[in-house]
Amino acid sequence: MKVVFEKRKNVSTTAQVLVPAISFVVSLVLSGIMLSIFGTNPFQTFAAMFKGAFGSINGFSETLVKTIPLLLTGLGVSLAFRLKFWNIGAEGQLTLGGVAAAAVALFMKDFVLGPSLLILAILAGCIAGALWAGIPGLLKTRLNVDETLTTLMLNYVAILFSEYLYYGPWRDPHGYGFPGSAPFVENAWLPRILGRAHVGLYIGLALAIILWIILRRTRWGFEISVIGASPKAAHYLGMPVERNIMLTVLLSGALCGLAGAGEVTGISHRLQQGLSIGYGYTAIIIAWMSQLNPLAIPFVSLVMAGILVGGDQVQLMMGLPSAVGSVMQGLILFPMLAGSLFSEYRLKWIPADKGPSCAKGEA
Amino acid sequence: MKQNSRQPLVSMTGICKSFPGVVANDCVDLELYSGEVLALLGENGAGKSTLMNILCGLYRPDAGEISVRGQRVHIGGPRDAQELGIGMVHQNFKLVDTMTVLENIILGMKNVGFVPDMKKIREKVLELSETYSLKVDPDASVWQLSVGEQQRVEILKLLFRNAEILILDEPTAVLTPQESNELNKVVHRMRSEGKSAIFITHKMEEVMTFSDRVMVLRKGKVVAGVNTASTSPKELARLMVGREVLFEIEKKPFAPGKPILEMQNVCALDDRGLPALKDVSIQIREGEILGIAGVAGNGQRELAEVITGLRKATSGSVKISGKDLTNAKPIQVINAGVSHIPQDRSQVGAVGDLSVASNLAMKEYRKKPLSVAGFLFPKQITLLAKRLIESFNIATPSPETRVKFLSGGNVQKTILAREITACKNLLIAVYPSRGLDVGATESVRRQLVAQREEGRGVLFISEDIDELEQVADTIAVMCDGTIMAVLPAGTADEETLGLLMAGVRPSNLESGATHESGV
Repeated sequence: MKVVFEKRKNVSTTAQVLVPAISFVVSLVLSGIMLSIFGTNPFQTFAAMFKGAFGSINGFSETLVKTIPLLLTGLGVSLAFRLKFWNIGAEGQLTLGGVAAAAVALFMKDFVLGPSLLILAILAGCIAGALWAGIPGLLKTRLNVDETLTTLMLNYVAILFSEYLYYGPWRDPHGYGFPGSAPFVENAWLPRILGRAHVGLYIGLALAIILWIILRRTRWGFEISVIGASPKAAHYLGMPVERNIMLTVLLSGALCGLAGAGEVTGISHRLQQGLSIGYGYTAIIIAWMSQLNPLAIPFVSLVMAGILVGGDQVQLMMGLPSAVGSVMQGLILFPMLAGSLFSEYRLKWIPADKGPSCAKGEA
Repeated sequence: MKQNSRQPLVSMTGICKSFPGVVANDCVDLELYSGEVLALLGENGAGKSTLMNILCGLYRPDAGEISVRGQRVHIGGPRDAQELGIGMVHQNFKLVDTMTVLENIILGMKNVGFVPDMKKIREKVLELSETYSLKVDPDASVWQLSVGEQQRVEILKLLFRNAEILILDEPTAVLTPQESNELNKVVHRMRSEGKSAIFITHKMEEVMTFSDRVMVLRKGKVVAGVNTASTSPKELARLMVGREVLFEIEKKPFAPGKPILEMQNVCALDDRGLPALKDVSIQIREGEILGIAGVAGNGQRELAEVITGLRKATSGSVKISGKDLTNAKPIQVINAGVSHIPQDRSQVGAVGDLSVASNLAMKEYRKKPLSVAGFLFPKQITLLAKRLIESFNIATPSPETRVKFLSGGNVQKTILAREITACKNLLIAVYPSRGLDVGATESVRRQLVAQREEGRGVLFISEDIDELEQVADTIAVMCDGTIMAVLPAGTADEETLGLLMAGVRPSNLESGATHESGV
């Protein structure tokens, strides 16, 4: 008996759903082993995590709070990934989106009245994120500079710039020395729906659906799929390759910038520490787990947010480090990458007795 | 012959290998004697490369045995093969462009030491290249070398590893006639040194000049094994294809109309920035097939790319249906009704990771009924795909199958279907039948002629003179980026065309016969 991998003729849709699901289970097993080593009962811990994240209104609303930026950055990152533009700069684009929204909320409050201040702040966040992604985009399309490096490095620039602002010139003079800007006026607050969860959730869900329609049902989406699979072929077919790459990258950055704007206008109501806490990196895992499908991203984001919140809960309740959640997230990626093999290949069993039977007959 | 009394150097018995949906090798037996050159002849997909990949350790057979020098062996990987003295020069060279020749030669070798003694290695390489007249600069980077030189590096690499059995996969496909001659000498030199070679080909003439013995594969099975001296190209062709190769295509009499393509003194550079087109002027009229004859790599691909807007012309002009489209964008050329079957099918012409349906829609998607106001209608795409799959006879399990799982012939049919559907004025076909089996070749040629009968212009680039004579109305011979001559099809014999392809203008053509069709 022999087992071989055989290439599939069509991408298996079953595998596309099963691989992330099984990867999740495998990561639970691996985390369980890790928790056992810590000397805690993994089942109790998982139950506590689940209860913490989904077991109460309070916990659930906190899970939603984390779902929103994960959803938006997940959409942004997956869009760029479709073109094989490896935008790992979501974190920086998110941060700069927050900074731009804060700038509008802080400094235009006297000129822009009513809720238009909020809308303007959010738009500013989108534009800032887009421009921040546009720099590596331009470097890539014009000079063929590797975007993984540029997007990653620009994260630090953006994060340090935001720190400079709220430690320095934007620091609230009435803030008792705490690092952070002055609070925004209420006109720049994003309405909340449950606990601290805000309408950014609806925006994210709507964008997920719109993005799916754009990718699957429009000419532009079709061009994106061709460019993603083969830029050379797309060029030969008369598609505007560079323009579409730029456009997609800008859109990707805008979605990440929107996430940042949502964080400052919906949650903190000021620019302060805690804006950049790794959503942009988790978004990469989310994009892969969703197989870049915008409709899957909300669900995966919810699960990932649950793991984060659950991790915080077990820290409080069981005295475990909250990094348990982050470790679990990381552990999902490995089986994911290994399992993606199965959407391209399937296992085939070959019986051992199929020897060189023909050789004797014809030789 | 005397070899038969000896023990074979390599013997493969009952080799079977299948891939999803295809039996590539079906109980194949092969014997190679020392000091002989064996030609492995067969159409594309006959299983030649698969068999050789098994011998050099890249594939493992599903069944069968391999013996080398009378010993049964298990070849688990290329390193095992190397230890047995088996080496292969692949069709696509496995060299690292940015490294030097010497570095490439020792790359991956275990016994050169942590810090290789480059002086000693250089001496050995120079000695080998002297012995086998494989001239190449050991310190040049691979990217600086011509294709022929790169091939020499590949052969040197094998000789350096003391290979006794050399496998060459379609070695002449990328060479000029002169380089092929050189290679022939090298192979004979190696034979006289007691080495053996297997070379894969689907060209009859090569079998005749290169080999001592020939084995013909068809659909994964051995159909014949004969001594080269006792066979003829015609017999080999019949064995290879399985029937008499002789087909005619009916054509209406040549009655050209208005000019569709007018190129005036076009110059262009190749990917390396060297002149690829030098003052090229050609014209194609309605209902005319202009064939471009020449050895591949003499500017043919660049010619097609300049017309289609994929490459910049450095000077000159390109007009399509009277409209100046010099250095226009690809989309402008497409909108002018020009279709293009590119040389590189798998990377440029088709997108392997997308479905047959998507590939078929890649031009029509801009128009009704596939899209309206920017929105796409997947149902219409499927409808279009089903229609084209049927009318162009594309063998695919379903419209949703990804193109990379189709055979070469069906990939080409997919491209052909898309391009012909979109063609309004001019069809540019670059080596459209290269590597296709006889049936697919025939259907490609018929489609080209059908375009001509519709009153469109066709630019038909091919290496095969017989094919050009059969399909084209006018033949332009290209060499080193220049048009050597433009002749009505059927007016020049093969020798004249051959000389022109080599860059020599025969004396009987000097007086006015050229550019005759450029009226």
